[in-house]
Amino acid sequence: MKSVVDLENVVVRFAGDSGDGMQLTGALFSDAAAVAGNDFATFPDYPSEIRAPQGTVAGVSGFQIHFGQKNIYTSGDLADVLVAMNPAPLKKNLEWVKPGGTIIVDTDTFTEKALIKAGYETNPLTDGSLNDYNLIKAPISTLTKNAAAELGLDNKMVLKSRNMFALGVMFFIFHRDFKSADEYFENKFKANPLVVKSNKMVMRAGYNYADTIEALNRVTYNVEPASLKKGKYRNITGNLATAWGLLAASEKSGRPLFLGSYPITPATDILQELAKHKSLGAKAFQAEDEIAGVVSSIGASFAGSMAVTTTSGPGLSLKSEAIGLAVMTELPLVIVDVQRGGPSTGLPTKSEQSDLMQAMYGRNGEAPLIILAASTSSDCFFFAFEAARFAMEHMTPVILLTDSYLANGSEVFKIPDMKDLPKIKPPLAKPNDPEYQPYKRDPEKLNRLWAVPGTDGLRHRIGGLEKEDGSGNVSHDPMNHQIMSEYRAEKVNRVANYIPDQEIIGDKEGDLLIVSWGGTYGNMLEAVNALQEEGKRVSLAHFNYINPLPKNTKEIFKNFKKIIVPELNLGQFVMILRMHFPEFRFEQYNKIQGLPFMVKELVDRFNQLLEED
Amino acid sequence: MANEVYVKELELTKADFVSDQMVKWCPGCGDHAILASFLKALPQLGHKKEDIVVVSGIGCSSRFPYYVKTYGFHGIHGRAAALASGIKITNPKLNVWMVTGDGDSLAIGGNHFIHVLRRNIDINIMLFNNRIYGLTKGQYSPTTPLGQVTKTSPQGTIEHPFNPGELAIGAQGTFFARVTDTNPKLMTEIIVEASKHKGTSLIEFLQNCVIFNNKTFQDITSREAKFENQIYLKAGESMIFGKESDKGIILDGTKLKVVKLGEGVTEKNLLIHNPHESDPGIHIMLAKMAPPEFPAAIGVIRSVDNLSYDEQVEAIIEHEKEVSPIHTVTDLLNSGKTWDI
Ligand code: SF4
Repeated sequence: MKSVVDLENVVVRFAGDSGDGMQLTGALFSDAAAVAGNDFATFPDYPSEIRAPQGTVAGVSGFQIHFGQKNIYTSGDLADVLVAMNPAPLKKNLEWVKPGGTIIVDTDTFTEKALIKAGYETNPLTDGSLNDYNLIKAPISTLTKNAAAELGLDNKMVLKSRNMFALGVMFFIFHRDFKSADEYFENKFKANPLVVKSNKMVMRAGYNYADTIEALNRVTYNVEPASLKKGKYRNITGNLATAWGLLAASEKSGRPLFLGSYPITPATDILQELAKHKSLGAKAFQAEDEIAGVVSSIGASFAGSMAVTTTSGPGLSLKSEAIGLAVMTELPLVIVDVQRGGPSTGLPTKSEQSDLMQAMYGRNGEAPLIILAASTSSDCFFFAFEAARFAMEHMTPVILLTDSYLANGSEVFKIPDMKDLPKIKPPLAKPNDPEYQPYKRDPEKLNRLWAVPGTDGLRHRIGGLEKEDGSGNVSHDPMNHQIMSEYRAEKVNRVANYIPDQEIIGDKEGDLLIVSWGGTYGNMLEAVNALQEEGKRVSLAHFNYINPLPKNTKEIFKNFKKIIVPELNLGQFVMILRMHFPEFRFEQYNKIQGLPFMVKELVDRFNQLLEED
Repeated sequence: MANEVYVKELELTKADFVSDQMVKWCPGCGDHAILASFLKALPQLGHKKEDIVVVSGIGCSSRFPYYVKTYGFHGIHGRAAALASGIKITNPKLNVWMVTGDGDSLAIGGNHFIHVLRRNIDINIMLFNNRIYGLTKGQYSPTTPLGQVTKTSPQGTIEHPFNPGELAIGAQGTFFARVTDTNPKLMTEIIVEASKHKGTSLIEFLQNCVIFNNKTFQDITSREAKFENQIYLKAGESMIFGKESDKGIILDGTKLKVVKLGEGVTEKNLLIHNPHESDPGIHIMLAKMAPPEFPAAIGVIRSVDNLSYDEQVEAIIEHEKEVSPIHTVTDLLNSGKTWDI
């Protein structure tokens, strides 16, 4: 008897050697989830070496997708289903599978040699160590070869589509349609109809195999479409969203985009993406180093571009002095820091929130600037837009913090209507304005005017030396330095008048307030939702505006018995909060393993805090 | 396009470019003469005064933008080339000048210096070479002669100096000229030449730092030495020098050699200067000539045509606008795989 079990949400992880095509398998599975109307979020897990040794744990490449009929905020903690193409991926990923979860393996690959390479002493398929899981042992390699035998392709070639057999199995288990995958093959292998055919055949063979074998216990799963708002959707990674948000700001401001950047993991995608869009007038300059990346952007900003530099932590360190120059010259500049594990080279492919202090203070002198942090892969679009808007309208550098997790993760993105985004109005100086002075300030925002070379009647000089208030001439006058330092600080402080109030998710008062920021949003939200469902009086204040803080921050904190600040660092945002609000007691929860928080560990920690007196 | 002169009859004079700021270089510093020659050259460039931008790094020479009434940007140490690159790429119509020194561009900014030359971005670099750190008061620089005693080399330097011309041409520079700060007329001429060149132009000014490295170029610039130890290279002319015009340069095997005219050697045997030769071999050898064995080469040593970075960027943008289906961010957002709910 066949039975169909309804599930609210499912986490699936595909894992193989780096040559096994796991990213593609994951992407095709995501496409099918999109077609089925599910909400989803994904996360790739690549080895940090490009060509890590085949068959070893270090060379394993993974792709996780969390999909469901409810809103999905993270790529999920533990997997319900693991597809392991070889022994090494099984070894590496077993700890990420839910107890009792389903594991699908290619038994053909569990040879003695492969087991040794993966570091197994006994065969996990026979030694009983997987007894607590629903283990599906499928001779995927053999079945793949058989499936396409009639086409007469060579074996090596056919075996490359082993991943499509696995995909077919998953399509059966989750009732997915072949259509989007078929379309992909037809497009990708246009020139080679035989390859299109063999991929389609192998995928269907996987599907049919799953339909006939007893191992599945004849159980399949149904995940209903999510109740997403009506509209047009696409899948987007954080880096793509960042690049597009910047392009949107360029269009809305009428200022051409200039990106000066140097390749660095995990920020390089933004440079690569913007390099594609010359038709939108975007100029992406791959500089000789991080410093030239930011300095060319400052030059571009002076010359009237919407200027951006993108980097990660080590690159931000190298850019420090130049960012100070942008503070001093009061030019608009967006600095995107896709944070990774530090210090030094640290964990280049892992995620962390440990550059906040560097963003706040990592410059010589008093050098304040605006700091924003995106909280999901898709809202990187809006915060990149906001960063550019604030930079131009307030004439200041802005650091946008994202992280490796947001950057590489993807989620469903409702395509915004450009009409709904605010127009950006940079304070451009008017040609031949007799009143023009380089450092004359707007009385409200305290910003100066942007006088672009080429404009008649506005020739002026700026630079890194302290400027005289108004005229902008070089000045070493003691009182002038005091005034100018205070202006620069106050200009950034007044941005608080232009940012939205901090929102609170849940009741405005209660026993515990979770205060988080940046890329941990999804995990916090799922944890808070779980606690609220248990009836706990817990709310969430998740911050995107870090410097300055929203004006109502203090009001929010007042109404809770306890406040906890979970961060993927050793306590950086909490330091800022303690500085601003010494009257409150902030508990900490710090994880620094290069991994995101798990919802379960958050729930446990919050419950523990609720129980303490 | 980049060098197109789009404002024809501009009645500009030097006075249009003199700034109201007090010039603070030491009296007797070579920078004064360079500034004067530059101000004289500006009205001759054929650019609207608002289209001229002067940027600099850090050092004595880098105060230069404050003393010129154009758009100006005094940057940070070593980074002027990156600053100038961003300005020029943003707006190729601008006539961009970068003022720098031997410390600024050959030490801390060495990386940007070689890469701007390699890319051939259409900016003009004025390198004031005084073979010393002036602003920090007398430490050796990357061009200080081997063995010279300075504050940081009390026993004499043990570093092999750069020759800026050799370095620049080695980095695929398309324009290199050298001039002494004692020759105002030639300075102005060369500044105008450099401005016309499409691609990165580098002018090395042999500049005297009267305070910390006085007379460092005396063997080239002094009244007594200048005829015997300078050779002014002009395109299409024989390489002749000497007070009596009695000496010349020939190619002897694979090396340059100084010969005396007469005694079987005539002007016909001498090398003829061709700054437009794309092969850099002879140009590097010319740039390296130095007393006492050779006269130092003055004038435009290399000036060759090659595509500039900024013009190529514009060309790609124009082409992409024609062929790409994406003309707005809305097009972009809706491109690729999307679905409706
Ligand atoms: S220290 Fe030397 S280079 Fe600097 S201004 Fe004085 S003389 Fe000129």
